[in-house]
Amino acid sequence: MSEEEFDLSTLNDVELVEQMHDDLYDGLAEEIAEATQILLDRGWDAPRALNEALVEGMRIVGVDFRDGILFVPEVLLAANAMKAGMALLRPILIETGAETIGKVVIGTVKGDIHDIGKNLVGMMFEGAGFEVIDLGINTDVDEYLAALDEHKPDILGLSALLTTTMPYMKVVIDTLVEKGIRNNYIVLVGGAPLNEEFGAAIGADAYCRDAAVATETAEALVLARRLTSGED
Amino acid sequence: MADRLRVIACGAIAPELKQAYAALGVEVVIDPLPAPLHNTPERITAAVLDRIAAHPHDRILVGYADCGTGGRLDAALSELGIERLPGAHCYELFAGSQAFSELQAAEPGTFYLTDFLLRNFDLLVWRGLGLDRHPELRDIYFANYRRVVLLSQRTEPADIIAAQDAADRLGLDFEHIQTGLQPLTIALSGSAA
Repeated sequence: MSEEEFDLSTLNDVELVEQMHDDLYDGLAEEIAEATQILLDRGWDAPRALNEALVEGMRIVGVDFRDGILFVPEVLLAANAMKAGMALLRPILIETGAETIGKVVIGTVKGDIHDIGKNLVGMMFEGAGFEVIDLGINTDVDEYLAALDEHKPDILGLSALLTTTMPYMKVVIDTLVEKGIRNNYIVLVGGAPLNEEFGAAIGADAYCRDAAVATETAEALVLARRLTSGED
Repeated sequence: MADRLRVIACGAIAPELKQAYAALGVEVVIDPLPAPLHNTPERITAAVLDRIAAHPHDRILVGYADCGTGGRLDAALSELGIERLPGAHCYELFAGSQAFSELQAAEPGTFYLTDFLLRNFDLLVWRGLGLDRHPELRDIYFANYRRVVLLSQRTEPADIIAAQDAADRLGLDFEHIQTGLQPLTIALSGSAA
């Protein structure tokens, strides 16, 4: 151990969580994994560790990215660090059957292989308590339809990074309309070249400019749908 | 000068535009914007509009494709009645729409270089993606990419070697396609008057 390093286990819970926020900000994956394990060893349940340490840390990163203080490389490193913590927490969340607030099918549309933003959204959704079924990249409409039929999600998330592939989102939504199942799902769209006007024009429920907005929007729309349908 | 067409162009394609217009025998004023806008498409529309506003009496063509503006550039130009170059981006302009479409269909995980991007690979790609500071991000950025395709406008052996080196640094296969300037010249011919 070098002079500048210190033992994370010597920190109390509050200090450790604050340190995790700093380490996420700095993209330190090994430290995040170590600290996550310490929280679990101290008896923290997985949802609490996820929300208070990882999700809150990524929320801070997201705010600074939005404000132009952090840039894409730094956000990627932070997401990679969160992934290291998630690798420890996800099996526990699945094993313990932690309560979910909804189900999301998400994928990058046909012709597009970009998944960095989509993966970050998926992690933030998991952090918020959604069950996430990730279809990956280059997803055609039949794959979306099969996943919707199999998993019956609350939300369908469509991602695209290219001007040339974003129109495929309309193909997917139009197909849902043709099949009379559009209103069964909340459809969220996101990706660098998109904007609110495009989201509205293709019939999405919302355009989400970043992972934090996507998560807030998903929570709000799922809650609104449950209230209006008389659930809960 | 109001009688000559002013082409407010991406700096990354300005030299090729000049050559292509010369090949067409059309005199234009090439008015380039900074090439690094290539990396920040969200800033392109505002930069183009500012430059247009500086030349209120000129006939103007915008020397950009959509270039990742997601239709924002088109919406702004439509209000002004000003046209832009066709297509989605410079790769399509250089390769030609049909050829580019076939390239992309054959391998969606293709990272394209042009002569300009090759010359400025370190600045716009390597440093632009932060790989100089965080080389470990390479495999995150390019996890789903399979190949680099150099769409070259000229053929210099040293360029091919440099492009192969760039592909190696990105951990991708390499292919070279000599586009020359003909597809770009054809694209310009409709707006050359």
